[in-house]
Amino acid sequence: MIALVAPLLLFLLASFVLPVLLMLSRAVTDRELQAVWPASAAALRQWDGAGPPPDALAHSVAREMVAARRAGTLNRVANRLNYDMVGSRSLLYATAERLENGAPGNTVAALARIDPRWGQRDIWAAMRHADGPLTSHYLLAALDLRFDADDRVTRVPPEQAVFGNIYLRTFKISAVVALFCVFLGYPIAYMLASLPERKANPLLILVLLPFWTSALVRTAAWAVLLQTNGVVNNALLNIGLIDTPIQLIYNRLGVYIAMTHVLLPFLILPLYGVMKGISPTAMRAASSLGASPLRAFVKVYLPQTLPGVAAGAIIVFTLALGYYVTPALVGGGADQMISASIAFYTNQSLNWGMAAALSLLLLVPLLLMLFAGRTMARTVPA
Amino acid sequence: MTSTATTLVEFRGVEKRYAAEGRAAVTRLDLTVERGEFLTLLGPSGSGKTTTLMMLAGFEAPSSGEILLNGRSLADRPPYKRNMGVVFQNYALFPHMSVAENLAFPLGVRGNKGAAAKEKVDAALALVKLDGLGDRRTDALSGGQRQRVALARALIFEPDLVLMDEPLGALDRQLREHLQSEIKRIQRALGLTILYVTHDQSEALTLSDRIAVFADGAVQQIGSPEQIYARPANIFVAGFVGENNMLTGTVLANDGEQCTIILRGGQIVRAIAAGPLALGNDVVVTIRPEHVETGQHPSSCCNAFEAHIEELVYHGDHSRVRAELRGGDTLFIRTSSDEPPAVADRLPIGWCTDRCFAFPAAGIVEASTGDGP
Repeated sequence: MIALVAPLLLFLLASFVLPVLLMLSRAVTDRELQAVWPASAAALRQWDGAGPPPDALAHSVAREMVAARRAGTLNRVANRLNYDMVGSRSLLYATAERLENGAPGNTVAALARIDPRWGQRDIWAAMRHADGPLTSHYLLAALDLRFDADDRVTRVPPEQAVFGNIYLRTFKISAVVALFCVFLGYPIAYMLASLPERKANPLLILVLLPFWTSALVRTAAWAVLLQTNGVVNNALLNIGLIDTPIQLIYNRLGVYIAMTHVLLPFLILPLYGVMKGISPTAMRAASSLGASPLRAFVKVYLPQTLPGVAAGAIIVFTLALGYYVTPALVGGGADQMISASIAFYTNQSLNWGMAAALSLLLLVPLLLMLFAGRTMARTVPA
Repeated sequence: MTSTATTLVEFRGVEKRYAAEGRAAVTRLDLTVERGEFLTLLGPSGSGKTTTLMMLAGFEAPSSGEILLNGRSLADRPPYKRNMGVVFQNYALFPHMSVAENLAFPLGVRGNKGAAAKEKVDAALALVKLDGLGDRRTDALSGGQRQRVALARALIFEPDLVLMDEPLGALDRQLREHLQSEIKRIQRALGLTILYVTHDQSEALTLSDRIAVFADGAVQQIGSPEQIYARPANIFVAGFVGENNMLTGTVLANDGEQCTIILRGGQIVRAIAAGPLALGNDVVVTIRPEHVETGQHPSSCCNAFEAHIEELVYHGDHSRVRAELRGGDTLFIRTSSDEPPAVADRLPIGWCTDRCFAFPAAGIVEASTGDGP
């Protein structure tokens, strides 16, 4: 058994599990300062952080700042400190240049004469926070929190607090899409399950058809259909239902429409499977026992389909949480989901620690959902 | 068929045709169910018996004709207003409910809840001997227990009649026989009217007050088990209910009640003429294995022959003899196990005229085109 599974297992470990774990570990590791400024990192560990920074620390920072600027590695530390304290980057480069030109920097006071910010605690606190090897900086930032100079967890200023809103929006969009899928998919799954196989199979292919096109193509098709001069608006104008084109795309409505369409099969298929397993005589039995069709449906059929509804809704919800292309193409600026932020940190700002922290915070509720789904499926027999 | 004061259900000229199929599933059905009786619809699969039951339950609509319950037409009454308990072959229990919840379901839809309902549920569980299992999940029950729950659920709301569609078909033989006697006991105790569908002729003979034998969508014969078994109305019933030897021959004489037949081997047989038989007609003569007498002097029988014993099979309580008549007709004989004849013996055999029936041979080809008695 193990020998049969091993090749795939190893492949998955090497190509998927390991890279994912390595990437996620960046959310909590912090090695830039240690790598570039080893002496300063050691000195930082000597300092308790409560009192003023010792001159020995200032001396080693000044020395390594200059060395790093020459070696071209100052950039790494500057970027890292900039996450904690905005302006660190220019402070470091300007100070390094002055030191190289002969300005004294062997004490805190000397550095403060180059730039008064060296006399304040923020830059030293930022260095201490970046000391590594582990950090909670990224995870706190993903929650719109930070350590202040006194090592207290505080909220970031409101103008910088963006992730809370994006997470809420992501969960809301996903929940609404899952709900739409349930309302649109349930009747279809019911119809498919009650038809004889000969008629259901071709219809099932129609349900599966969207799977054969990429999500990108389908989303682009919605852009054609929904735009101001698109097919839908023109049709509505022509039959006189509206006087001026309505905004169907590049807003939340467009995101809902396109995502519901793309994700609908993921609800219909598991639900169809569950409905197929429900004995049709159960409904006849309910009827013979005196239950009206509505009552038989609510009391006998619906409860038996709930595991399928839960399974489908959870699949749709979890897939929607990670959606990136569709909101990017048919949504407006205020409709971007957390994946867009992750992509931004991965591809543009190259702050992989932040990208990893945001991913981790998306992964945890997702795993909780899957666990809840499993528990639910176990309590209600299929 | 006329309805009387004791008639509960009446089928009047009911037909059922499916558009997809050429032939009718049920043709010209006239049938009454009397209050308090156990009526079994017996027939092979596809004979229309289940369709008949489903039309009565309301799950299928007759193509023509009408069905009356207590003298009133059921045409416009949906299944949930017919007040009939239905027991299905696959039990059709609600898997998401416990046993007690299954039983309380028909009470709940009738607005019957609380302590009174619980009392009824307990009484129903006691009736089918499942006391104390109310909290079980239905998938934790054995097949026999599930069928008991299904039965209790169909009885708990005191329906006008109980319809059972091959309720024991999925169970093994021993359990089936046990539940047969349980069903009979409950039917007697509560005075239930039961319409029972089965393809198992021994089940029908055991349980029923009356049996309606179905074939090709039509009733071949209605009567008590004894009538059906001892006096089959046509060749189909003779062959379907119980075991029968069938010998082919030609009519030599017919006085309307009894007739004289010459078999292929030249033997002369006296038999009861079951149907119009003219001289020279081809006929099938039936005689049940247990009615063939053996021994040196079957003198009481007017049909006496000699048979050659081909095979003997021991069955414990009896033995079966496969014998061949001169002319090649094969005959099965049921004998006592005590003194079995030896193989290859020549054995004198015989049977009485009133056990032996002659049916028109045309019936062999289309065994079930007859319209019943």
